[in-house]
Amino acid sequence: MTELLWSPSAPSQPLLRVSGIQKRYGQQVALHEASFELWPGEVLAVVGESGSGKTTLLNAVAARSRPDAGRVEFDVRDAGLQDVYAMSEAQQRLLARTDWGFVHQHAADGLRMDVSAGANVGERLMGLGHRHYGRLRATATDWLQRVEIDPARIDDTPRTFSGGMRQRLQIARNLVTQPRLVFMDEPTSGLDVSVQARLLDLLRQLTRHMQLAVIIVTHDLAVARLLAHRMMVMQRGRVVEQGLTDQVLDDPQHPYTQLLVSSVLQP
Amino acid sequence: MSFAMTSPVLTLSGVAKRFTLHHQHGAVLPVFDRVDLTVAPGECVVLDGPSGMGKSTLLKLIHANYRASAGHIVVRTAGGAELDVTQATPRELVALRRHTIGYVSQFLRVIPRVSALDVVAEPLAEDAGGEPLAMESAREQARAWLARLRIPERLWPLPPATFSGGEQQRVNIARNLIKPKPLLLLDEPTASLDAANTQTVIDLIREARERGAALVGIFHDAQVGEAVATRRVPVASFRSAA
Repeated sequence: MTELLWSPSAPSQPLLRVSGIQKRYGQQVALHEASFELWPGEVLAVVGESGSGKTTLLNAVAARSRPDAGRVEFDVRDAGLQDVYAMSEAQQRLLARTDWGFVHQHAADGLRMDVSAGANVGERLMGLGHRHYGRLRATATDWLQRVEIDPARIDDTPRTFSGGMRQRLQIARNLVTQPRLVFMDEPTSGLDVSVQARLLDLLRQLTRHMQLAVIIVTHDLAVARLLAHRMMVMQRGRVVEQGLTDQVLDDPQHPYTQLLVSSVLQP
Repeated sequence: MSFAMTSPVLTLSGVAKRFTLHHQHGAVLPVFDRVDLTVAPGECVVLDGPSGMGKSTLLKLIHANYRASAGHIVVRTAGGAELDVTQATPRELVALRRHTIGYVSQFLRVIPRVSALDVVAEPLAEDAGGEPLAMESAREQARAWLARLRIPERLWPLPPATFSGGEQQRVNIARNLIKPKPLLLLDEPTASLDAANTQTVIDLIREARERGAALVGIFHDAQVGEAVATRRVPVASFRSAA
């Protein structure tokens, strides 16, 4: 059915394929048989309340916490779909530094708080062997502007930044290598509403312009509506409903999704 | 006329819709029992009936905001293939909306911080892929649409969040008609417009018909419906027998 995706650049295979991944902590099943595919440029929101397994899912897919069962395959450049847990640690690290990004809820977990903003942005490039100081600084300046941070702050450490600025710096640090897949764990929670709107708009623009595939974990249905093409609803470690974002929010089928949607004001 | 011009753009067959409310003791609200409807290029089907009869629900089923409980909704895509929206993957539906189905809802879903000009240009800008000439062409067309729908030029650089209801509705119309798509769904597009803008929307609908688009619309104003319809369909005929 690929001809239906009437687009000159329609990709022919998924970027990511997750098959039956499971995770237990002792007797507790934290994640029960999750399977999905993600295609280039697709934004998938994973929603559900705390403890529903959404962060467990994110960490298992992002090769941060090995699942007890199932497979996670990623379309490695020039090599096709590869099992990420069959890769060597060096290969995983390279992937995490180049084609993947990970945006943490708390910017302090994703930034080096005691080095300059410019060095935070340049670090992934240096890890890839870029050494030309002038070019690294120019790239960092460009990225600070793209995430709306005054380039005059390039030599300041993130400790001197507001929460919203730190989060934007974390995004720049991840996107500088032009990744194809970015994981985001509640990137807007903990920010003031006005700061959230700015970050959301920025994320929306960047994901579209860069054709990024994104898996974003959020408990905020309005965030899902604005950013995501697709949604996955989790409850007690299970995916209870998934589909087109509008469909899940406008015509929820599962009792839990109905409860979730009816509990908020106009998602 | 070629086959492509006359074969239907939209075919609903045996479509049923009921809502199950799990938190209202599993109450089931039946809306449609059986919808059979085909719409050909150049047709404008106007849905008739009092409010609460499911006119908007029918548009939302076609646009896949709602899932059909039974039946098939087949759309001939801009690429010429057929897609059953009741069976399609989210990825296929996203592509279908981008290239094939335009949907003018009653309210603009506002995007924070994006200017009216860029809100309107976005469907074309998405296809431009960042190419500067194509981006400028998208903005140029957006300016023409905003001017035609009488949005004052001083508002173009501002986000529509603070605009009046009528202004937002006109931005919404421009955004959803700027890219000529084969199938247009219109949910009361003239509800808060003055006479001059209502006439402009009537002209736009006729132009879409003339270029071969298929349209399905709901109009609160009987005169507007009269002016654009090639066929009228009472939704009561699709209702579950009470």
